[in-house]
Amino acid sequence: MWDYSEKVKEHFYNPRNAGPLDGANGIGDVGSISCGDALRLMLKVDPDSERILDAHFQTFGCGSAIASSSALTEIVKGMTLDEALGVSNQDIADYLDGLPPEKMHCSVMGREALQAAVANYRGETWSDDHEEGALVCKCFAIDAVLIEDTIRANQLSTVEDVTNYTKAGGGCAACHEGIEEILARVLAERGESFDPTAKATPAPAMGNLARIRKIEQTIEQIRPTLQRDRGDIELIDVDGNKIFVSLKGACSGCQMEAVTLGGVQQKLIEALGEFVKVVPVGAHAHARDGACATEA
Amino acid sequence: MGPIYLDNNATTQCDPRVIEAMMPYFTEQFGNPSSMHSFGNKVGLAVKKARAQVQTLIGAEHDSEVIFTSCGTESDSTAILSALRAQPERKEIITSAVEHPAVLSLAEHLEKEGYTVHRVGVDGKGRIDLDDYRSKLSANVAVASFMWANNETGTIFPVEHMAELAHEAGVMFHTDAVQAVGKLPIDLASTKIDMLSLSGHKLHAPKGIGVLYLKRSTRFRPLLRGGHQERGRRAGTENVPAIVGLGLAAELALEHMAFENTTVRRMRDQLQAGILAQVPNAFATGDVDSRLPNTANIAFEYIEGEAILLLLNKDGIAASSGSACTSGSLEPSHVMRAMGIPYTAAHGTVRFSLSRHTRDCEIERVIQVVPPIVARLRKLSPYWAGDKPLAEPDKAFAPSYA
Repeated sequence: MWDYSEKVKEHFYNPRNAGPLDGANGIGDVGSISCGDALRLMLKVDPDSERILDAHFQTFGCGSAIASSSALTEIVKGMTLDEALGVSNQDIADYLDGLPPEKMHCSVMGREALQAAVANYRGETWSDDHEEGALVCKCFAIDAVLIEDTIRANQLSTVEDVTNYTKAGGGCAACHEGIEEILARVLAERGESFDPTAKATPAPAMGNLARIRKIEQTIEQIRPTLQRDRGDIELIDVDGNKIFVSLKGACSGCQMEAVTLGGVQQKLIEALGEFVKVVPVGAHAHARDGACATEA
Repeated sequence: MGPIYLDNNATTQCDPRVIEAMMPYFTEQFGNPSSMHSFGNKVGLAVKKARAQVQTLIGAEHDSEVIFTSCGTESDSTAILSALRAQPERKEIITSAVEHPAVLSLAEHLEKEGYTVHRVGVDGKGRIDLDDYRSKLSANVAVASFMWANNETGTIFPVEHMAELAHEAGVMFHTDAVQAVGKLPIDLASTKIDMLSLSGHKLHAPKGIGVLYLKRSTRFRPLLRGGHQERGRRAGTENVPAIVGLGLAAELALEHMAFENTTVRRMRDQLQAGILAQVPNAFATGDVDSRLPNTANIAFEYIEGEAILLLLNKDGIAASSGSACTSGSLEPSHVMRAMGIPYTAAHGTVRFSLSRHTRDCEIERVIQVVPPIVARLRKLSPYWAGDKPLAEPDKAFAPSYA
């Protein structure tokens, strides 16, 4: 059974804004029945202010697809279209207190439906450039298509390369056999064979100073969100792939501390393009276990 | 009413009598059956008794044809790899498109190692294509491996007949009978089946115990080499408590064989009829004329299986689904795809599997609960309007990508 958060379950059992919306003037359809999930997002937009007055959904899909759709409609109601376009799939997942890695695509579908609905309102055509394959790395929710494309685009040849570029395989390492198989296939296309002993191509290295600045910058971006909940976060130190932070105010000792740290770690990994571990320091260092749990 | 467990093809509740029989082998009867002293001797006799109980259930000619393993998967791997190692000149295997992953993943892996795998297809009811099967039998084939009954739909393959055909062509025959043993009468002595896998936890024995039946004089190469346990065919100290438990479970399964095929079958039929009478756009998958007495697999069109399971679970009912989302993959069950079940239904299949512990009142409750759940999810579905599906769902719902 999936480890769904209470919030996911709540939105699945009692979905908000379900069913057709009369007077909708922006409709986004994504997914298909063959893929096992399909979502129609219907927006009623005030033409003068471009504000979303109402949002409804219809979804064919699993529990988390329905919960993500429900969450999406709640998030965007009252937003202007431009504000709504700023909503990321991570925002949808965060709103639901997280989704299992296998289910992150449900939140991606929500974001795509939003883009499609806005495009529909504005009379534009929206086309999706993202193709999804079988999930390979369950720790970081990386699928086969992304791994293949990245190997091709960057001429990668080792598992370590793949981890450096996509994060896939950087957690529990159980998917290394799968990554090796993809490498063998793609390498065969360019007439090479996979050599498990080959050295990784050095990752496009960021200088030490640039890296620390990037970390500071990313944490600065996260702070307003935490401050809104009367919390805060401070960067304490960086040691290799460990980033030590201190959670303050309402965040400190909050039950959601582990979830927050997991989110911070995810944002840092994305910003740096490498695997890092966020370690809390101070009175609540026990939450470290929680942070690790998000990676495996 | 307590929770209702209709997922017995996934695993069964260990029978309390089985647990009771096992307990002494965790405590005072802790000896190693191989030991020369009395601690070991008594335990050795208990293993011998269990072997005879399993022998009786599957109708094996000799008790030495029963090899205890750790699970059904180990039995499958042992059988198929043994056939390949014992006949290194044969580089092909035949199996079906609807096998359990225990066989299919192994076959896929063997393909990567250079073996040729023939996957015989099934028709819309899940029945095997016997002509195709016949055409693939040759002196290049090391083993034909076909499940006795399908875990998702319960559809029964005519493995006794298929074993005859294999035998005529000089090909070894293995059957994964994990779902069939304990539910169907089996008399291996009168068949040409060379190897059979069974698993304890599917018949009210504990998890972690399985059996490979190996017909006498079938050429064999062990998977695990080491000590002389199981006559050197499966090394490793015996899991004595589980073996004793499986022995008693086999005896109980034989006692309940008639009950399974009368009362359990009737409850299954009532469940299926009760649901289909109330829910439009739903149908039973598989070969309803030839399937396990405990299994009903129902496809609900235009809704998704995991969502159904979550709502059933909220109402205290446990079942399972072939939907993509329950496995975390993007494709619905390979069994549904092999049968050509359309995508509109394949994602919404729910398997109800009963056992001798299932009660009539439970079936009545499930028949009450399912229709409103289906209606509720269809209300959310973009493919459904009012009380029926959209006339042309593909056109009515036109995503900018698929």
